[in-house]
Amino acid sequence: MYHRFDAVIVGAGGAGLMAAAQLAGKANVAVISKLYPTRSHTGAAQGGVAAALGNLEEDHWIWHMFDTVKGGDYLVDQDAAEVLAREAIDAVYELEHMGLPFNRTPDGRIDQRRFGGHTRNFGEGPVRRACYAADRTGHMILQTLYQQGIKHQVTFFNEMMMLDLLITDDGVCTGVVGYDIHSGEIHVFHAKAVLLATGGFGRVFKVTSNALSLAGDGCAIAFRRGLPLEDMEFFQFHPTGIYKLGILLSEACRGEGGILRNDKGERFMEKYAPTLLDLAPRDMVSRSIYMEIREGRGINGQDYVHLDLTHLPAEVIETKLPDITDFVRTYMGLDPVKDLIPIQPTAHYSMGGIPTDVDGRVTIDEENTVLPGLYAAGECACVSVHGANRLGTNSLVDLIVFGRRAGRHMLKTINENDFHPLPKEPDFRARAEVSALLEGDGTENANVIREELQEAMFRDCGVFRTAEGLTSLREKLTELRHRYSRVGVRDKSRTFNMDLVETIETGYLLDVAEAVVAGALAREESRGGHFREDFPQRDDVNWLKHTLAYRTSGGIEMRYKPVVITRFEPKERKY
Amino acid sequence: MQVHLRIQRFNPEVDSKPYYEDHEVEVEPTDRVLDALNKVKWFHDGTLTYRRSCAHGVCGSDAMRINGRNRLACKVLIRDVGTNITIEPLVGFRVIRDLVVDMEPFFNAYKSVLPFLINDDPAPTTERLQSPEDRERFDDTTKCILCACCTSSCPITWTNDEFVGPAAIVNAHRFIFDSRDQGAAERLAVLNQKSGVWRCRTVFNCTEACPRGIQVTRAIEEVKRTLLTGDVS
Ligand SMILES: Cc1cc2nc3c(=O)[nH]c(=O)nc-3n(C[C@H](O)[C@H](O)[C@H](O)COP(=O)(O)OP(=O)(O)OC[C@H]3O[C@@H](n4cnc5c(N)ncnc54)[C@H](O)[C@@H]3O)c2cc1C
Ligand code: SF4
Ligand code: SF4
Ligand code: FES
Repeated sequence: MYHRFDAVIVGAGGAGLMAAAQLAGKANVAVISKLYPTRSHTGAAQGGVAAALGNLEEDHWIWHMFDTVKGGDYLVDQDAAEVLAREAIDAVYELEHMGLPFNRTPDGRIDQRRFGGHTRNFGEGPVRRACYAADRTGHMILQTLYQQGIKHQVTFFNEMMMLDLLITDDGVCTGVVGYDIHSGEIHVFHAKAVLLATGGFGRVFKVTSNALSLAGDGCAIAFRRGLPLEDMEFFQFHPTGIYKLGILLSEACRGEGGILRNDKGERFMEKYAPTLLDLAPRDMVSRSIYMEIREGRGINGQDYVHLDLTHLPAEVIETKLPDITDFVRTYMGLDPVKDLIPIQPTAHYSMGGIPTDVDGRVTIDEENTVLPGLYAAGECACVSVHGANRLGTNSLVDLIVFGRRAGRHMLKTINENDFHPLPKEPDFRARAEVSALLEGDGTENANVIREELQEAMFRDCGVFRTAEGLTSLREKLTELRHRYSRVGVRDKSRTFNMDLVETIETGYLLDVAEAVVAGALAREESRGGHFREDFPQRDDVNWLKHTLAYRTSGGIEMRYKPVVITRFEPKERKY
Repeated sequence: MQVHLRIQRFNPEVDSKPYYEDHEVEVEPTDRVLDALNKVKWFHDGTLTYRRSCAHGVCGSDAMRINGRNRLACKVLIRDVGTNITIEPLVGFRVIRDLVVDMEPFFNAYKSVLPFLINDDPAPTTERLQSPEDRERFDDTTKCILCACCTSSCPITWTNDEFVGPAAIVNAHRFIFDSRDQGAAERLAVLNQKSGVWRCRTVFNCTEACPRGIQVTRAIEEVKRTLLTGDVS
């Protein structure tokens, strides 16, 4: 089936829906999503969204900008961080006006709480900057934005999975191809502007806070179409995942006063980050946990430590962290009011992604050449405001600030341009992919491949990395890719074929894993979320630059792009 | 440990009616029912079909009947349901395939109550003010994840497909009692129709079914009371 819309947005999480809200009523816009919008993983975000409103204590956008740059270990593009910190304030007010039910201060303003790495006066001490709605901030953002979509009668194509991106020979993006999960039909969407907002890919790792559906679809499809992926080696491991399950216990737990303890009951963060303690940035806290475990101070010598909330008033736990309390009770049978909670770092967030400028336009090289018609925002994009390590609450800001900017810029593109003709046989590749899988006689099980991938990635490309581990991992990926070429889909139906969907997703995971490993191997230094035991220092002389990974017929090619530095010269990162 | 799953299957391309299929799988007592389904799907029978995403009870994808009760498969542990587990699709919805049901009527009912803030006053340059008490007033109903456990448990919806169902009323409640909202009259008009709240016979099934612990029946009662008194505080 053929559709024509001014704008097509792929992904109905916070980024996609915030962009849609800018276009609704002003252009003919469609949102396609492989999940019902309210199932998107933005709904899982817990702790808050940062903005220097200064509702409870003095705060300034420039402090927020500084924290973002420093938290990102100076790999952040500072022009983008300035936009993020300045526009966060207005974007949060916009959400409030749309109806988002933030928690309130006694005088009726938006309440704010502390979060890791957010400080007053350039690092003096923690500041209350995270606007929140209990521990359901993402749920409220997702609901509120979806409600705006309903209000403004945005056209939604739910359970429609993008399989391909249409880029013409003269380098213009003219649409996408979708697979209707309900019927098995292929749809061609012709558009003047396309936004990729497909979220992250935490499912390349075994223990993760990410949804089963987060397979890096948008990144992988762009990569296959020859576009670069930026800074893919930077993946954030959040310190407090529920042991083995990876379900997130928000940093808000520590923001409200929670403490990490080792087997001896020691507050070990005193050693590693004397000023910010448990609220140091996530990469540091995750490494500290592993240092304790390595030195034998994991609980009973095992690979986890404790999150201790027991000293907090029961009322704070129940009212400010209700969902987290529920998770701990449901999945561990423990009561956070009385019990210590076993936690381990969990794969959480991709700092890297599809490179864009501050208007969400996708760029394709080290000169930031724009690809006309194509935009990206949210976790699948890399602006780059998170650099080598994202601060807590800065992703939701990223979604709303850059989702909004992308949406507004798309409107401009739509008004200034006509429809560019589609490439010939636009759905050729997508049809071939689907029929090869459905009609082929392969015997490899994609689920086995995926589990081996997740295991190997978590072991060799996790919090600690070495050339040796990464090299053998790269070989493992080659083997898995080989096996994937003989993959067999067991379900041959056209109706709601989730076996096919999961098999395609496994292919995407293999692609993004290749980019992550290539970046991790190339970057011979340690910075933020990327820690090389064989190169434990940050190396600004050689590595104060972004990586751009390209997929070529001869393997992955690495190119490099300078970091934009405006206000803050790189310094050592101490907390 | 080994568990025995009895799963209702239906593929419209080959089956004329639903049937049950049995599977034995090895799981941990602390695994989720969703983990057991994944084991079947990934390693035994790739054709088994259900929705899932977050795997920890926040996205609302995997509502289904587990041993006769509407639950999220990712929020029920094996040790809480025993070793014989019967799994069926939600009742009251058209089955698309296996455990996947048609959610369109459910979302249409949701949309019918105007689930968005209505306030035509020009917005201030900062936030609209709201006291913590006013915010607390509708807190419970903001938690809804639109999973349909409640609506599918309601005997009225089984026999009357016009009834908007408890989930839609919960979401109307979320706005009617929001001090910033001015759309109460419009929403109440929808809920006062014959498809609206008066169909509800206060059976409490819905409250029991809600995986988010929302006091669904209480919310419905509050909406009814408001219809009678006109008081939205
Ligand atoms: C448990 C958890 C807690 C978090 N807490 C916080 C927090 O407190 N503060 C904070 O700032 N950040 C937090 N984060 C991070 C933040 O929530 C995410 O980075 C962010 O929500 C991602 O939003 P998104 O819009 O980019 O993508 P998502 O919300 O993941 O949405 C992706 C969308 O793309 C669609 N999609 C994907 N692939 C396809 C395809 N092939 N075809 C069609 N559609 C497709 C999906 O259906 C979905 O609609 C948290 C993350 C997790 C996992
Ligand atoms: S209380 Fe009302 S809505 Fe809930 S199950 Fe009973 S009849 Fe249905
Ligand atoms: S009220 Fe509860 S059961 Fe009903 S849809 Fe919402 S979350 Fe699900
Ligand atoms: S998979 Fe999200 S609620 Fe169960």
